Amino acid sequence: MRGITFIRQFGEVILAIAIAPLFAGWIAQCRAWMQSRSAPLVTQPYRMLRKLFSKDAALAETASPLFRITPYVLFGTMVLAAAIIPSLATDLPFARAADAIALIGLFATARVFLSLAAMDIGTGFGSMGARREMMIGFLAEPALLMVLFNASLLYGSTALPSLVDGYRAHPTIIDPSVIFAAVAFVMVLLAENARIPIDNPATHLELTMIHEAMLLEYSARHLALVEWASYLKLFNYACIGFALFVPWGIAIHGSDGGGVLALSIVALLGKLVVAGSALALIETLSAKLRIFRAPEFLAMAFLLAVLGLLVHLLLGVR
Amino acid sequence: MHLLHPFTVPVINVLNLLAACLLLLSFAMLSRRRTQRLITLFAWQGGILCLSTSLVAYSSGLHELYYSAALTLLLKVITLPLILRRLIYRLGAEWDSETMVNIPVTMLAGLMLVIFAFGLAQPISMMATTITRNMLGIALAVILLSFLMMITRRKAVTQVIGFLAMENGLFFAATSATYGMPMVIELGIALDVLVGVFILGLFFFQIREQFESLDLRNMENLKEE
Repeated sequence: MRGITFIRQFGEVILAIAIAPLFAGWIAQCRAWMQSRSAPLVTQPYRMLRKLFSKDAALAETASPLFRITPYVLFGTMVLAAAIIPSLATDLPFARAADAIALIGLFATARVFLSLAAMDIGTGFGSMGARREMMIGFLAEPALLMVLFNASLLYGSTALPSLVDGYRAHPTIIDPSVIFAAVAFVMVLLAENARIPIDNPATHLELTMIHEAMLLEYSARHLALVEWASYLKLFNYACIGFALFVPWGIAIHGSDGGGVLALSIVALLGKLVVAGSALALIETLSAKLRIFRAPEFLAMAFLLAVLGLLVHLLLGVR
Repeated sequence: MHLLHPFTVPVINVLNLLAACLLLLSFAMLSRRRTQRLITLFAWQGGILCLSTSLVAYSSGLHELYYSAALTLLLKVITLPLILRRLIYRLGAEWDSETMVNIPVTMLAGLMLVIFAFGLAQPISMMATTITRNMLGIALAVILLSFLMMITRRKAVTQVIGFLAMENGLFFAATSATYGMPMVIELGIALDVLVGVFILGLFFFQIREQFESLDLRNMENLKEE
């Protein structure tokens, strides 16, 4: 029995690593369609990764070992996060090791490493991007925590798998606080993954970029790993969202068999397709905010999450 | 309880959801700077109000409430947004926005108001007998948030939208606490609101003629030293 859960865990991580670039490619394609540009192939991110892996890496003379190990740390933390998040099944041996708060800690570790590496070389853009990233991070984290507390209040746990199990045990309950938490979560997702209202992932315009500014000094396999880690991060956030708000189709505790797992894979892919086009729609409809407006955007997310808690206390169904 | 209907539990769930949406829209209004967006949000608020009123009518079996839901739809979703849009079009104020509003601070104040309203409504809602009594807190919060919007904004049109949103909150409070007011009073209020918007529309033109802008700060110069 334990063997099967470990195989399942392993399969989930492999699947996450494999389809995270596809998800990013799908969003890029949807965006291009909606903006009536000719779209790149869905597999474009894979091609870029392959190209980058086959190149020779160039390192700045002033680079310290930290700069070199950061891509591996980033990729490792994101893979670990993918193992913790119940994207296919809740009965995962890894998932019990850490709850949602530790998960946020993992994301924070990745952010700190990336920012330090960006400052390591000592270029102006790198440190500017790092500082901006830290600002966004420190505003987004409390909002994300509040969103998770919303769900914890509903189902009495901070571990994502038990939240999903709790939801599946009472599927009829629609709590009004969920709306607030969901809106707040989408805002945090956009901010954390360098999406459009806060940062444009496709830009190389010097003064507006945040995430790109930190990667300027990376090349070849290092850049490939960093990019892959950011695809994984987006995928992970989407899966957290699915676990919190639309956990249909995730194989819950005690349900075994290939059929259930196949169903959960189909459900995950379907949700990713919908979420990807929704994200592309949001990005197409909104304009990029000035960096000084970002605190406003994230304060809004935080307030919505807190309001969700309050509304739950007032109208609590149970 | 005579209200125990086979559908009671899902209906109350949906009503709670709608009430939460109403509060969400109030916050969205508080955070918007552009007048046009505010009008759209106001129309949405009216739509949700109409839906929740008809749901309350359905679950309680009171048929007058259907009429007031229809009135809401006609007045707050269709007529008033149309009038307001035409007004700002004729005033040339379509792209007006409030630049001097500090949104995060306003939102924080709004959050405090919501906590205050929820605390205030708790003992009152204990006394009500309707299934929607828990929503009194949300109705109060919507009223206070619209107040806050009126206080923090400087443009005339925005203040009127705040006023109308406050009326929405009062209507919601009436529905949730006592299953609505008598029909005569409701019709009277609807007429008042309609006439009020017409008169305020005239005022807009007067204000603009006098000061060449719709900024109400100019009004402060009118007082004698």
